[in-house]
Amino acid sequence: MADFLYLFWNRKEVAQQMAKATPEEWQKVTGRWTAWLEELKKTGHIQSLGAPLQMAGKMVQGPQKRVTDGPYAETKDVLGGFNLVTAKDLDEAAELAKGCPILETGGQVEVRPIRPM
Amino acid sequence: MADFLYLFWNKGGVSRMDTASPEEIQKMMQKWMAWTETLKKGGHIKEGGVPLQSAGKVVHGGRKNVTDGPYAEAKDVVGGFILVTAKDLDEATELSKGCPVLEGDGMVEVRPIRSLPA
Amino acid sequence: MTEEVPRLVDHLFRREAGKMVSYLTKVFGMGNLALAEDVVQETLVKALETWPFNGLPDNPSAWLMRVARNRAIDLVRREAHFKYIAPDLAYLFKLREEGAAPEPQREKEIQDDQLRMMFSCCHPDLSADAQVTLILKTLCGFSVSEIAHALLSQEDAVEKKLGRARKTLRESGTFVELTNNLDIPRRLETVHQALYLLFNEGYHGSRSDRKEPEELCYEAMRLTLLLCEHPQGQRPKTYALLSLMCLNAARLPGRLSDDGTLIQLEFQDRSKWDPALIGKGLEYLERAWAGQAVSEYLVEASIAGLHCSAKAYAETEWGRILELYNLLYHLKPTPVVALNRAIALGKAEGLEKGLEELRNLPGAGKLREYPFYPAALGEFHLLAGRPKEAEAYFAEAVKRSRNEPEKVFFERKLKSCQ
Repeated sequence: MADFLYLFWNRKEVAQQMAKATPEEWQKVTGRWTAWLEELKKTGHIQSLGAPLQMAGKMVQGPQKRVTDGPYAETKDVLGGFNLVTAKDLDEAAELAKGCPILETGGQVEVRPIRPM
Repeated sequence: MADFLYLFWNKGGVSRMDTASPEEIQKMMQKWMAWTETLKKGGHIKEGGVPLQSAGKVVHGGRKNVTDGPYAEAKDVVGGFILVTAKDLDEATELSKGCPVLEGDGMVEVRPIRSLPA
Repeated sequence: MTEEVPRLVDHLFRREAGKMVSYLTKVFGMGNLALAEDVVQETLVKALETWPFNGLPDNPSAWLMRVARNRAIDLVRREAHFKYIAPDLAYLFKLREEGAAPEPQREKEIQDDQLRMMFSCCHPDLSADAQVTLILKTLCGFSVSEIAHALLSQEDAVEKKLGRARKTLRESGTFVELTNNLDIPRRLETVHQALYLLFNEGYHGSRSDRKEPEELCYEAMRLTLLLCEHPQGQRPKTYALLSLMCLNAARLPGRLSDDGTLIQLEFQDRSKWDPALIGKGLEYLERAWAGQAVSEYLVEASIAGLHCSAKAYAETEWGRILELYNLLYHLKPTPVVALNRAIALGKAEGLEKGLEELRNLPGAGKLREYPFYPAALGEFHLLAGRPKEAEAYFAEAVKRSRNEPEKVFFERKLKSCQ
């Protein structure tokens, strides 16, 4: 078994809409996430529960340590959260990621192997 | 106090360390240790850092295509992350300035974490 | 706060890189030197990514070696062809089964790995220059740009040289085993020469913007010491070489003034010389003399020993130094040795005799670009009270100077004539 990081990339416009979502809509989305994560937990794939990120943030860059408003903006997506999972290999980790609700709204899940310590 | 995520971005997707000499790697190591030591002493480290391998997969929305990663729409790549605790976003940003990735023109993304419902 | 940050031993990664490359090349075979270097790079990067967060391991050297070895095992497993080309596969798997071997034994094996590498780098088909380049890369953990910097070369030239050298080694196929009683003694000579060249590159580093030319001296000493500790290397000539290095390195701290200019032996502050290194140098000198063979290293070390033992410049035993230069010229009749012999002659038997010798120096034609030749003539004229003649010679030395410290040094000399 090995550990992997899921990075949840959300479409920017989706993320912006979500910021204005009604409680009802929030509940629906949250429900889908909870269901998926529960499933992973039950099958022993959750290594450490990650967290959703707020849209705000800062970028610090280069030797001059220039600070600009975040999040990282050079793509059409924005990082919405992360999770640490355990899987047999990279392929299984990618397979498991297919259940992630972010995919329904055109987002992406980046699966990255973690350097074993 | 609140929790923050630091994402270490490698500019252009390459870590300069892949071609660095042992001497240069050792110097970089000393800088990283100095920085993490400062964070540790100040009680800012929430969860130790996690370095990522540059390989990976990306699962795309809709048809759930799987392609070889890392996430390739950005010209930069996430090289690792660490969870810290700080008073507010400003303090977290200030603390991140000691991070050695910045010396190689890399970036640190500082993101507040939404508190999870208990 | 900074002093509480755990610190790594200086140059630890370089050292360990040399050890790991030597070990991995044994595992992968000589033809896979580049692969061994890749695994080492990967291992060091892995350390960089984990140590700052997890803390320093108790034994960093052992951690690196273990990670490199496990990676090697993975590679060997994955690539079936290694079964045919890895000469030491059985050994590798044995280690895996046994877990960690006892430390002292491990230490001994690592030393042997490095020596085997050293002898293999000194392949007779390679130029001395290529041998030194290869040693710096594989045994000393220098990068191409660091080698280029240290040897006053260009990066692409170093890269090419390394490529050709690796090819030569690959085609020659195997390592020189330390148990090979035919090849090892034959190659020992070449190994000595390469180490001597490495040391001198650092000692006479002819460029002032080099940050730490002494690094090469210390690398050469480390490897020579390794050689002195192995039965195959324990020859009077090896002791003489190490002695020479110690006695010269001991005087490095007195050689430059605070503003980075050269200081003549006569005016050096002898209290700055390193007494521990002088002690070691004299100890090895004694061991070298105990053998039967007289070598140029032995004679050079003996000369350095006499300089180190003189409490003050005025107490220098020039008569004995001259005898040794006579012997050295017999062993190594080069123009530079002739020049130094002429200087010793002047000091021992009078200025005019020295000048006479300098004017009729054998091989002087080859010293046409060497600044210390006119400088020696200038010095003797100056001492003989003829500043006018001296001036012309020092002006010539300034013209020939090869770097800033030399130039500043000769210009000062020139001024003192006016």
